[in-house]
Amino acid sequence: MAAAITARAHGLSVLVLDEQPSAGGQIFRNIESLEATRNSEFSKLGQEYEFGSSLVRRFKKCGADYFTDRSVWQIDNNLQIHHVSASASKSNSVISHCQAKRLLIAVGAMERPMPLPGWTIPGVMPCTAVDVLYKSSGLIPDGEVVLAGSGPLLLLIGCRLLDVGVHVSAFLDTSMNGALLKALPLLPNALRSHKYLTRGLSLLWKIRKAGIPFYSGIQNIEALGASKLEKVRIGKSGKFFDVTADLLLLHNGVVPNVQITRNLGCEHRWYDVQRYWEPIVDDWGNTSVDHVSIAGDCGRVAGAAISEVSGHLAALETVYQLGVISKVERDNLSQPHRIELARQKHVRPFLDKLFQPSKTWLVPENDKTLACRCEEVKVSEIRETVRMGIKDPDSLKSMTRCGMGYCQARMCGLTVSEIIAEEKKVSPEEIGYFRVRSPIRPITLGQLAEID
Amino acid sequence: MFKKQYESHETVSIIFEGKNLDVEIGQTVASALLVGGDMVFRSSVVSGQPRAPYCMMGVCFECLIEIDGIPNQLACMIPVREAMKIKRQQKNKE
Repeated sequence: MAAAITARAHGLSVLVLDEQPSAGGQIFRNIESLEATRNSEFSKLGQEYEFGSSLVRRFKKCGADYFTDRSVWQIDNNLQIHHVSASASKSNSVISHCQAKRLLIAVGAMERPMPLPGWTIPGVMPCTAVDVLYKSSGLIPDGEVVLAGSGPLLLLIGCRLLDVGVHVSAFLDTSMNGALLKALPLLPNALRSHKYLTRGLSLLWKIRKAGIPFYSGIQNIEALGASKLEKVRIGKSGKFFDVTADLLLLHNGVVPNVQITRNLGCEHRWYDVQRYWEPIVDDWGNTSVDHVSIAGDCGRVAGAAISEVSGHLAALETVYQLGVISKVERDNLSQPHRIELARQKHVRPFLDKLFQPSKTWLVPENDKTLACRCEEVKVSEIRETVRMGIKDPDSLKSMTRCGMGYCQARMCGLTVSEIIAEEKKVSPEEIGYFRVRSPIRPITLGQLAEID
Repeated sequence: MFKKQYESHETVSIIFEGKNLDVEIGQTVASALLVGGDMVFRSSVVSGQPRAPYCMMGVCFECLIEIDGIPNQLACMIPVREAMKIKRQQKNKE
């Protein structure tokens, strides 16, 4: 949205393809309708949400052509972009394409999958799913909720659940032992954006004050139940105990959604602190592929404020590359954004270190755990296949179907890189990732046949 | 599993497994079906185990469901429409 505003301010012709039904992405999801029809809910979501609403208003007025419900399924080398409607039916299957001179990818982040035994049972969800349901449809969990994981988002969502009167029966903290100590050297710099930190502490305080049983140093979590979640089995210091639950909400941090940048062949690197792949970019968001840049959390995950700034910067670069402004003009115009970026960035290295995902939750210890949900491939099968001599995720895929299902490895990709790397005792950087092929979104043959 | 925090004000009628449901407009098929009842949307094509919506943002493809005769539709991305016919997807019994 920020990029569209800046690009339009310099007279570019801008097309925005959004997969979601309305503007705002995930953080400011459904923001316009919430503000218009449920003002009391809206104000509960806090100051940032109000800020998001002003961003959406400016975006809607900026003159960009904006289409919702458009899923990009293929991008050709000449930047011809093919997109399709997710909600197409037999009577209105809309498949279309357009030609771009420059492409900016701002698809954001997704929750890092947290594979554990039973995580496919109905009633186990990532914590942001509940946030989506709350913002988009005013739904709140009914029954006993267990929160498990680590990261600021889990605290935030836990507090929102408490605010609306949801019964949270346990909070399972899976943070790495000693993470705070490791992060401490980064604290002085982080204090320069202290607002963030005080907010985090107040969230933690609120959860403790609400009297929710809080368990840290958790080593095992298992979801139990047949057609729905019944209880959560917790392992701590070699002892196991059960908590009854209707909903188990998981969170193990947020990772960039690299499906499109991978498909385009952009170079990626392994960010070891947060253990994910990120596209390699310069200061302006340019990727290794000509005319393709990124903005926001589909690169290094940094939150809404930094994403907005990176959108403005990437747009200024685009305006310069298309010959509308000079290099000097680009640099001058970017000054206020660079200052804001520097101000916002102080806290990130500290947070990234503090909420470093621990190995226990990246590579499931229990070999029966499904790594690939779609094709139901267990951790043990991946290990065996690696011992048979496969080298990378793609050969694993041809042997086991792991990563070949509907989600196209979105849910198992990181786990697979981690398991192979662990077996071979190297960094995932050396193992690599699945090769992401189009269609990036499943489309029907009927839709394909409609293309001119 | 989930409940609505407030009364619906404008609704459409959808048909889920042959039953009429009045649900609020502007929401997705997944959120409409998650209120009350069980969460099961389909069975796994591999083991037949029950599956339910997971990520709610179009990433995990767990919420696949049959809408108006077309299978494998992303329930978490598709808004409800009047008279939409929705069915669970079951693994074919061999």
